[in-house]
Order: sequence, then structure tokens, then C-alpha cells
Amino acid sequence: MIRRIPAIFALLLCVAISLAAATSSRWLHVPEKDHARSNPLPANAETQAAGALVYRDRCMQCHKADAMGDGHKRPALRSDRIRTASDGDIEWFLRQGDIGHGMPSWSSLPEAQRWQIVAWLRSIQ
Amino acid sequence: MLSTTFKGRMSMCGGLTICLIMLISTTAHGQDKPYFVTYSHDLEEPGNLEIETKTALARPDGGNNYGATAMELEYGTRAWWTTELYLDGQATSQDSTLFTGFRLENRVRPLMRDHAVNPVLYVEYENTSGADKTILEVVGHDGQADLAGPNGESRKEHQHEAELKLILSSNVRDWNISENFISEKDLGHDPWEFGYAVGVTRPLKSAASGHTCTFCAEKFTAGAEAYGGLGDTFALTMRDTSHYIAPLLGWQLPKGARLSFSPGFGLTDTSLARVYRVGLAFEFEQVGNWFHPSQGIASSKGGNQ
Repeated sequence: MIRRIPAIFALLLCVAISLAAATSSRWLHVPEKDHARSNPLPANAETQAAGALVYRDRCMQCHKADAMGDGHKRPALRSDRIRTASDGDIEWFLRQGDIGHGMPSWSSLPEAQRWQIVAWLRSIQ
Repeated sequence: MLSTTFKGRMSMCGGLTICLIMLISTTAHGQDKPYFVTYSHDLEEPGNLEIETKTALARPDGGNNYGATAMELEYGTRAWWTTELYLDGQATSQDSTLFTGFRLENRVRPLMRDHAVNPVLYVEYENTSGADKTILEVVGHDGQADLAGPNGESRKEHQHEAELKLILSSNVRDWNISENFISEKDLGHDPWEFGYAVGVTRPLKSAASGHTCTFCAEKFTAGAEAYGGLGDTFALTMRDTSHYIAPLLGWQLPKGARLSFSPGFGLTDTSLARVYRVGLAFEFEQVGNWFHPSQGIASSKGGNQ
């Protein structure tokens, strides 16, 4: 039994590393087709203003008005994770949500409004 | 014609409820569609509480005008789990006003990703009297005759029922298409009863305007739903079942309020000829924070920036 302890410890370590890697590489789950998409809306002030209003109505209650989250479960949206993601990655994530971790799916929002949020998030990085 | 007493009772109850809710409402917008009977796979956002009144106005053949209201308290326990409490009541012209019971309901989303068709499992316990007229679902051989009796008699009947629904729902482009399969069982010796509800909705405009507005097209959602009974295990037949078709209109108001309206039309002799429904919903964001002062303060500071 004592000889098995290092093996069990190593297994737990592998699981922990895998979980950490999976968490930090969320965009790896995005299908290639979605990853390659770019925002079909023009990146102008009107689109960003509309995105800001949709953000205020739908997202601000969790991610806060400055999009910095609460430092705990509600992550900041001014971050490297957003900066390094493609437009398609962010739209896909809005559509899918992360239901197991508290982020609702926003597939019920019209697609144009999800792209408006993407445009606004780009503008605040 | 509605009697003056009846109209007075309805407007007083409605007015008091609306005033109370508006006093404490905060800005938040749910994802709900203007369905009255059909459920989509939208669940309440975690930590949010929605208070909604769903009122049905109708007059059954051989009965009096009535207004029945279900007050719904819907809480997002998790992103995949929503819990609801309904409190039902009704007022019947030239009769009485009474509380008709409560319902406890849970909706659980088993799949964590969005798919072409998204299932949600629905479980409900109902403790209502025979005087309940809210018509939140139609099952078995439900018909307008069930709604025509005097309150003094119908309130003596007690219903303890379990209801199971399979909710299937899809968002295709900007359309929502939802199908519900309903089975209901009186916990006594009555048979299983079955029903259905299907609905489709779409916002009038997809993209949001770049300015705050109340009457913009994107604030309105239109659609239709159809619902009815499918018999029971004693008589699994469409004979003597009720069926309705109902256009829907929803309006997203400022301060997290939502107004819905639906005129429903009966399609069989057993159905009510017409049933008018009005819904008014208010959503309260992150009510869990109200009981954790530090998080509540952080939240309100964020909201003021």
C-alpha cells in the first residue's frame, strides 16, 4: 500500500495539471469553423455603443460595469484571454456559455447582438 | 359585461402588486420569451429572481367572467437549474375571490452545451383546489366545463398532482422553436393525463440600437403558441379534448420589466371560445448578494460606474 502512495500522488497531480490546462485553454474547444469567423458587423462607434447597451442589460450584473468581474467566480473581460481570442471564439463562447460554472448560454440573444457585444469587448481592451 | 365589484377587485390586486414590485425593482433583463404555456430551454440566470404575474381572463359557456392570476417566483439556483413557486388565485364575477393553491416546480438542463435541440426536464408538484382557473397547462380531457362551476362547490375539490414535462427547444437563427410533452398524475387514483404545447417566437429586430429606447423594434418579440390535451391512460383519444392557438406579443420595458399579451382561441367545442392572457414580469438581479453585505456593496458600486 505504501508503495502505491507515490503513484496515487502522481495520478492526482496529472489530473490537477490536466484540469488547469483545460481551464486556461478554453478556446481549444472552439470548432475551427467558429474560430475562423470574424465579426460581420462594422467595428464603428455605433456597433460598439449598441454592444455597450446589450452588455449593460445582460452581462453587467455579473461582470460589473468596468468589465473587471468580481475577482472570484465572475472573471474580468479586460484580459489576455479575451485579447488573444478570435471574434469567432468569443461569439461561440457567448452562444454556448459555461453552464457548469455559472455562465448562461446566450443562444437566445439574436446573433447580431452577440456580435455587438464582441465589438464592444474589443473596444475596451 | 364584467361587474363593477369584479373589476374593482381585479384592478386593486393588480395595482397593489405592480406598485410593490416597482418600488424595489432593479435593472436586469431576463431571456424569457412571451410564452404563457410553452417553456423554452431558457433558464433563470443564476442568483436572479423573477417575479411574474400571469393572468387569464375568460368566460366559459354557462359560467361567469373570471380573472385568474398565477404569481410566479422564479429563482436561478444554478445556470442549469431553476426553481419556481406559483401562488394561484382567481376572482369570478357574481361569485367570489379566492386563493386556489400553490405549485412548486424545478427545471433542470441535463446537457451543458447548446445543441440543435436542447432538452430540459421539468418536475412540478401542485396543491390546488378545483377552483383553480389559471390554465397554465391543458392536459387530458380538460375543458371549459371544469371552469364553469360556482366557486363554493369547486373549491371543495383538492388536487394533489405531479407533473412531468419534457421540454425541447431550439434557437435557429433568431427564432426560438419549443415543444413540450406534458404528463400529469393526480396522486390519488386518477389516471395519467397527457398534453402538449408548442411555440415559436422571434424578436422584431435582431440588432440592438445604439441608444437607450423603449419603443424600438428590438424590444418587441412576437410569436404564437398552440397547446391542448391528448387524453389520459383510460381514454387515450383526442375526443373531448381542448386545443388552443394563441398569438403572442412581448415588450421589454425599462427597469427590467416585461409585458406580455396573448389572445387565445379555442379550436374545439370543449375549449373556451377565447382566453386573454396578460403577463407582467420584473427581474431582480443577484438577490443572493442582498444577504452578503460586502458583495452587495461591491455590486452596487459596479452598477454606478
